[in-house]
Amino acid sequence: MTEIFGVPTQALFGQLLIGLINGSFYAMLSLGLAVIFGLLNIINFTHGAQYMMGAFCAYFLLEFAGVGYWWSLLIVPMVVGITGIVVERTMLARLYKLDHLYGLLLTFGLALILQGLFTNYYGSSGLPYRIPNELTGGIDLGFMLLPKYRAWVIVASLVVCLGTWFVIERTKLGAYLRAATENRALVQAFGVNVPRMITLTYGFGVGLAALAGVMAAPIYQVNPQMGANLIIVVFAVVVIGGMGSILGAILTGFGLGIVEGLTKVFYPEASNTVIFVIMVIVLLIKPAGLFGKER
Amino acid sequence: MKCFNHSLLGIGIAAVLAAGAAHAQISDNVVKIGVLSDMSSLYTDLAGAGSVVAARMAVEDSGIEKRGYKVEIIAADHQNKPDVGSAVARQWYDVDKVDVIVDTPNSGVALAVNQITKDKGKAFLVSGAASSDLTGKACTPNTIHWTYDTWMLANGTGGAIVKTGGDTWFFLTADYAFGHALERDTEAVVLKNGGKVLGKVRAPLNTQDFSSFLLQAQASKAKIIGLANAGGDTTNSIKQAAEFGIVKGGQNLAGLLVFITDVHSLGLATAQGLIVTNTFYWDQNDQTRAFAKRFAALDKGIYPTMVHAGVYSALLHYFKAVEALKSDDGTKVIAKMKEMPTDDSLFGKGSVRVDGRKIHPAYLVEVKKPSESKGPWDYYKVRSTIPADQAFRPLADGDCPLVKK
Repeated sequence: MTEIFGVPTQALFGQLLIGLINGSFYAMLSLGLAVIFGLLNIINFTHGAQYMMGAFCAYFLLEFAGVGYWWSLLIVPMVVGITGIVVERTMLARLYKLDHLYGLLLTFGLALILQGLFTNYYGSSGLPYRIPNELTGGIDLGFMLLPKYRAWVIVASLVVCLGTWFVIERTKLGAYLRAATENRALVQAFGVNVPRMITLTYGFGVGLAALAGVMAAPIYQVNPQMGANLIIVVFAVVVIGGMGSILGAILTGFGLGIVEGLTKVFYPEASNTVIFVIMVIVLLIKPAGLFGKER
Repeated sequence: MKCFNHSLLGIGIAAVLAAGAAHAQISDNVVKIGVLSDMSSLYTDLAGAGSVVAARMAVEDSGIEKRGYKVEIIAADHQNKPDVGSAVARQWYDVDKVDVIVDTPNSGVALAVNQITKDKGKAFLVSGAASSDLTGKACTPNTIHWTYDTWMLANGTGGAIVKTGGDTWFFLTADYAFGHALERDTEAVVLKNGGKVLGKVRAPLNTQDFSSFLLQAQASKAKIIGLANAGGDTTNSIKQAAEFGIVKGGQNLAGLLVFITDVHSLGLATAQGLIVTNTFYWDQNDQTRAFAKRFAALDKGIYPTMVHAGVYSALLHYFKAVEALKSDDGTKVIAKMKEMPTDDSLFGKGSVRVDGRKIHPAYLVEVKKPSESKGPWDYYKVRSTIPADQAFRPLADGDCPLVKK
């Protein structure tokens, strides 16, 4: 069998695929963050908690209402998105005139409160959520067994990411949004209700986090800490991709998933730091991120 | 001014006398217990708030307060960080007059507090941490390691698996003091019984996705994948191993440290068939069942883990020693605890060795199939009992400086 750096190529393919799967979670989460930052200028630290709420919401729907995975994919982003809209209207809207830092502090505080509340009521071990029947089992690829559910995650996340990119970059609605971030007063003068548009954008970003949460529930335990563990990495992804760059967030998300996957083979101890090492290097060479525009 | 000082002194003396000659050597007239645990992260359910509940139950059941002693319990979160745990321990000993620290899951934190406790001459009753170094090269006259340790887990679970044909191993290890100790102790058992270790990988604590590590384990073709991790790390690795068809592919998982809260969280459908070593299971006899019911009512319905039971049992014995000595001096109480035989409703009769190791039987249990379970928390069937004299590392093998060679 051929080997690359002492690792059989077949095993390497497996690791690349795993990296891609983790990357799809990074991509979906960083996409939501990038949309919110790009259009609202809010650094949404509650994103991890909202992802966790998505997973919990799916769990509640299944346990208490008998609503399965597929419906959850639709209902949960809406429910959690609405809680996001409430947060935006009652709290964030008051901070737009102030420095970024205030938004960051508010959302960070909210995240800690939410995680604390869920830990208090549901403990730290996590709750089980089963893979939907249609997607149990795996496909034998020769070099590895690819669980059907993980294959679905890659496909779904690609569709969501590209769909979002398309709406924002290629449609009229997206054009309004982008225009509103450039010059709010002018767009308002054309009769567009900018505050409502911004509120809905935040709701959409939060909904994306919740959707990622539903998709994560069958893989990881539904755990109050699941977002806290991920959010820092996802922020690094957004910074590397370039704050506010949507395509950057998607590509960097998948790319860093792969880099992290490979680190787990060659030097596992560093697998949770490698992304930050890359972040430091990128910031030194290209401070606006790989795909960001310097303003 | 001088006169004022004298009168203050007088009041002080009077206060001490009033507290009664019976326990004249109790510092500030209060036996103060500090429960130092993980209150917010991956080990919260298996220790955490439940350990505070267990400590309260121990105070109540010991009846020590009825005999005129004042007992106070405080608690803190060490956040799984040795520096945070050390700072709390110093503050407790120096400023808050804490006499004994209990629980402390996370071996990294426990080893740090172990040293501080020795320096301050206080008492440390470990229930949550696992590293067998606490009664090995790091043993002190001020620490008792109560519930379980990595050597016991390695011999219980590891030994049983090697003897039934699981002779090639791959370790998936949590990359810190506990994981390293558990891996080392299990590897020794595997090699001693003629097995082989084909590989190992060290994953950072609190890893979310284990699939990459599981693929490496799969590629190693080892018969057994030893999970030298705990809490959320264990549940995530077991869940993801099922997803990647590891067990269906003919490899087996050995959860070297699995708590009943982990099984509850995974659900029997995923956890069934796992072989686990425990020193306490709630459904052993009428007394343990009664304890568990009371405990669950006070801890959000969570049934007690062996860590919770250990906190309860260790404190009961601690109170007996305090009352026998009429003192809460850490070094003296620990010495007395080693001298007195132990006896309580959860662990039965036992003893504490000179190296600080509490000795009691261990149980090799198998996680039930969903069809065998009568309801929530009915999870284990006991496969065999490892007698107390074989459950823990022989005294001479630990390299503890307190043991005379």
